[in-house]
Amino acid sequence: MSQDYVKKKYDPVVPGGINEWPVVALSRNRQEFVEEVATESIKRIKAQAPTREALIEEIETTVFREKLRIKRNPWAVDPEDDQAFLNTVKDRLLDISLSDNDAEKDERLDSILNDMVLRYSDEIAGNFKKSRYRMARSIVTFGFARLLNASRARGFWSIFSTQYTLQDKINITGEVDNLRLLAKKGTIVMVPTHFSNLDSILIGWVINVLGLPAFIYGAGLNLFNIKIISYFLNSLGAYKVDRRKKNMLYLETLKSYSSLAIQRGCHSLFFPGGTRSRSGKIESRLKLGLLSTAIEAQRVNYQKGKRDAREKIFVVPVTLNYNFVLEAPSLIKQYLRLQGQERYYVENDEYSTSYKITAFLLKFFTKGSDISVSIGKAMDVLGNYVDENGQSYDQKGRTIDTQEYFTADGRIISQNDQREVEYTRMLSERIVEEYLKINKVFASHLVAYTAFIILKKRFKKLDLYNLLRLPEEDLIIPYEEFKASFKSVLAKVHKMYGEGKLSVSPHLAGDTDGIIKHGLKNVGMYHAKRPLIRNRAGDITTQDLNVLFYYHNRLTGYNLEKYV
Amino acid sequence: MSNKTVGVLGGGSFGTAVANILARNAEVFLYVRNPETIAEIEKTRISAGQQLADNVHVVNELEEVPKRCNVIFPVVPSSNFRELILQLAPYLRPYHMMIHATKGLDLQLPTQQSPDFSLTKEHVFTMSEIIRQETVVVRVGCMAGPNLASELSMGHPAATVIASPFNEVIQAGKSLLSSENFQVYSNSDLRGVELCGVLKNIIAIASGILSGLGMGENSRGLLVSRGLVEMIYLGRALGGEISSFIGLAGIGDLVATTTSTNSRNFTLGYKIAQGKPLEEAIQEMDEVAEGMNTIKIIKQLADSQQLKPLITETLYKILFEGMSAENGVNFLMRYQGNIDIDFL
Repeated sequence: MSQDYVKKKYDPVVPGGINEWPVVALSRNRQEFVEEVATESIKRIKAQAPTREALIEEIETTVFREKLRIKRNPWAVDPEDDQAFLNTVKDRLLDISLSDNDAEKDERLDSILNDMVLRYSDEIAGNFKKSRYRMARSIVTFGFARLLNASRARGFWSIFSTQYTLQDKINITGEVDNLRLLAKKGTIVMVPTHFSNLDSILIGWVINVLGLPAFIYGAGLNLFNIKIISYFLNSLGAYKVDRRKKNMLYLETLKSYSSLAIQRGCHSLFFPGGTRSRSGKIESRLKLGLLSTAIEAQRVNYQKGKRDAREKIFVVPVTLNYNFVLEAPSLIKQYLRLQGQERYYVENDEYSTSYKITAFLLKFFTKGSDISVSIGKAMDVLGNYVDENGQSYDQKGRTIDTQEYFTADGRIISQNDQREVEYTRMLSERIVEEYLKINKVFASHLVAYTAFIILKKRFKKLDLYNLLRLPEEDLIIPYEEFKASFKSVLAKVHKMYGEGKLSVSPHLAGDTDGIIKHGLKNVGMYHAKRPLIRNRAGDITTQDLNVLFYYHNRLTGYNLEKYV
Repeated sequence: MSNKTVGVLGGGSFGTAVANILARNAEVFLYVRNPETIAEIEKTRISAGQQLADNVHVVNELEEVPKRCNVIFPVVPSSNFRELILQLAPYLRPYHMMIHATKGLDLQLPTQQSPDFSLTKEHVFTMSEIIRQETVVVRVGCMAGPNLASELSMGHPAATVIASPFNEVIQAGKSLLSSENFQVYSNSDLRGVELCGVLKNIIAIASGILSGLGMGENSRGLLVSRGLVEMIYLGRALGGEISSFIGLAGIGDLVATTTSTNSRNFTLGYKIAQGKPLEEAIQEMDEVAEGMNTIKIIKQLADSQQLKPLITETLYKILFEGMSAENGVNFLMRYQGNIDIDFL
């Protein structure tokens, strides 16, 4: 194990304990906050639909789409009165069209808008409870640790052993100390990569281990379908994000929620890729909606005269790496089927029962697979690195006053939405760059990558879909050929590591055969059909090319292809 | 400090012309590097052969410009661009806006090149990318279009495009540059517009060759239209949008430079067509034609991306591989073109 895999005990960052967490304050005044979010959202919606006609059209569109959603894609978590509520909205809209008093029309319209937005705001808002948080925390820690010990130390009595803890399995590396320092000084917006439904719980556990106060975070509403996950997420401070609702009213409410919570100093976490990476690639294009709220919150803080580091917002990219992702086969199938036609995609939910998730967790923790969490360097909302005092620096090490990005002629702090859209795009590019740098290359990813590229080069003329349909007998790679290519990619990976362009797992050290063996053993180890195995002759082959493609994708974006 | 003061970096013919246009709307601080030139300008009020407007103030200290102005227009040759920006960088702040007017590419090669080195997009930068790399300035734009300095200085009607992803940069450019005789169009595709300005120089050399060979306007019409298609083909591969190429900074500038007999690129092509070896042709000129460099860079980039830009490759053969201009043109004419337009 390398040096940076040191197991540590971290004290809580906030000395006053849980009662002083901003998220606790937020939940204490939940109703008040929900109303504040609604008021802010209405302001935004009216800015986008400034006339009565435009507003009516926006509401009508929303009702129409919502009805369609209920019909086509209902979820267990949806409130039962959705349909009834929408019908009343429809009736009330009809009443407006019958009235000929303008003042009355506006009043009624405002009231409809208020009801709709308040409903969304209430749905989104988290339900953080101190007692539940404490309990969930101990269940996660205790439960996982027991499972681990059962699998690692073997034997029945090991259930009570404390020989192994979660930190043996989940390696947290990177800029941990800086993160802790900055969490005391300002507000953290953590943006991890997203591969598995497990990510939400995992990252919640990580935040706790690092002694950080609970973050609020956006979790897909579909996760709340499952009682056990819903329990954890609720108690860990999650707010709900429903990807089915793409109407403007909902999206503005969601953004208001995020922005106001950040302004109030709640550390926040969201997966900027939106959904889990279906292809298995590291996110290269981020969703800008929630990301923009970090920039907006920073500007609002400056406008309110909040100038010291305490009100500064720090963006922290994080990559999560697994040797296998439970959902890989279904994710990659969806990716391949739906590539290029995302619009017609219906959000489905392969994690639908508590039984499935429990079975998964059991297998996950008994199969002895490592997980790594790499914490990247913190940046300001423009993507400049910051030091432990929260001071921003440019590439040449000169200090930068972040406020000056929001000033118009050197003095006035101005609001300019189009400027912030562009800043959001720039920030997203910086986050992606950072992902590539801190991403830990596992031996399992590297064997998958090498094998897939060898096959791809062998059948140069085939496009991806034909390649994936190749018969088994074409998929055998002689071990020596594989090893030679693997060695060359490995050398390049180590070189790039030296240049700070990526990060590597400690398992990438030692002799090549050993690394290959470790990689083969771990790549997609959970799947019934293994993406990569050695056959009886000792050669490399695959039982599931789609899944091999999925794990290979983890290393796209580094231009490693020519080294195979 | 307000937007009523504006900086221009570079007192060449185009920089001077830009300063004079800006002077109609604001106080202008024109940075000129050479102290002797400054003394000369201050005495005569003539810069690069043009009479300076009264409210153009010549400065010699680079840091004066960012101190006094929020909006700065760098107008220096691409070969000096990075150096100038590096010198300026310590004085720049995130609230500054920069709108450059330089049409060229910047090549950054690794100090140690492996034997299998090939030139890729990572090594080639546009001027706005240099600004983004070397400074904290983010609100960046460019000015491009059919803007022949000699004509601007005479006050002939003309127009330009300000390209930037930031509306506020475009607005600033518009309010500073617009006047009766000078219109300003806007475009949000900064990269595309920069590439227009770069790639048209290649076609300008080809146009000079056609004239040097004594060919007529039919052939120039063919060249301009096929040249535009090639620009779009390359521009799209390098990250520009098609629409920019059929606008003022694309076709507009292309027509102006391929028909103007006094452009440097045209002249270079003309001399080559008359049978002068490249070195001799260059020696006869005061300044290096930007297009020659561009051809070299684009040819290598195209190779590494497996693109086949026919005109650029043929020009490369003519300039650097000893193909005669006649043979080059014959080759292009014999090449079986089939589809006229396949990108709209």
